[in-house]
Amino acid sequence: MPMNAPFDRRLLALHRARALKKRTEGADFLMRLVAQDIEDRLAVTTRTFDLALDLGGHTGVVHDALSRSSRVGTVLRADLFAADTATGTPDLVVDDEILPLADASLDLAVSALSLHWVNDLPGALIQIRRALKPDGLFLGALAGGDTLWELRDALLSAEVELTGGASPRVSPFADTREMGGLMQRAGFALPVADQDRLTVRYDSAFHLMRDLRAMGATSILAERGQAASRSLFMRMAEIYSERHADPDGRIRATFQILSVSGWAPHESQQQPLKPGSARMSLAEALGTHEVSAGEKPAQD
Amino acid sequence: MTDAQANTIDRKLLEILVCPVTKTTLEYDREKQELVSRAARLAYPIRDGIPIMLPDEARALED
Repeated sequence: MPMNAPFDRRLLALHRARALKKRTEGADFLMRLVAQDIEDRLAVTTRTFDLALDLGGHTGVVHDALSRSSRVGTVLRADLFAADTATGTPDLVVDDEILPLADASLDLAVSALSLHWVNDLPGALIQIRRALKPDGLFLGALAGGDTLWELRDALLSAEVELTGGASPRVSPFADTREMGGLMQRAGFALPVADQDRLTVRYDSAFHLMRDLRAMGATSILAERGQAASRSLFMRMAEIYSERHADPDGRIRATFQILSVSGWAPHESQQQPLKPGSARMSLAEALGTHEVSAGEKPAQD
Repeated sequence: MTDAQANTIDRKLLEILVCPVTKTTLEYDREKQELVSRAARLAYPIRDGIPIMLPDEARALED
């Protein structure tokens, strides 16, 4: 792990492995939604993919969705750890931050709910793009910046109130507006970034925290400051209920899912024209006449 | 999983794997069940047929 990396990737593996072992019923609801979305996105493409990789899906849900698709041939599953549960084991163990994949080896790469935990998102995207064959497709889904904003707000307020200071406790997430740009800079052709918002209601902040643990999605910040005390969580739950509850007393939790897709460049794709290669003048295209620089339009 | 299965690693998988550190080719040591990166001087273990491609889990080569 690089020095000063915000995320502790070993902790992520630990949280996820622990969560899978407990197999809490229904805790994979976000993963199921994302897998369904990926299945839908695949269904509208017009081609087939011989070799696909489920990168970090870790529950088997995405792997199963890809295997069901008539557009996909072989599906390999790569996770950060080898779980030994009913959800099946991965075909290989990798860290999304240092992919062990040869250039141009995959037809399809899918990353579901994992890229918000990498320390170097641009680097991870570049490695995925390089692992794709020309005209290979990348489909990704990650948590966006508005995810759990209510929890952040309640935790911050409770901590300031009790200790006079604040430590980072909820992970920072990627920004919606930046994802398209990041995809482009990583060298993807025809990049698309999109977002979906989901509000989930819970009896209390404790029920929300329990669900996050069951998803293996609690904070993996390398510097989590002082250990959170019980009184901090009690106060956080009170503030959460005061500020972010519905009239029936149930609290709201926002999940913002960013969806990205992009293709490894290939000559068959739409290309921007070379400068100067236009066959029609801009004036013609706009239905007006061209006035050369320095020449003023006639005044009469 | 039987022992026979545990000792075979998917050919398709072997073809696409490189060393995560140096992105160079790997040698498959069937006996030791390792994928060896000469460039990084690391041997990645294969456990129950699953290549563990993490430098932290790899064995450093001595010679």
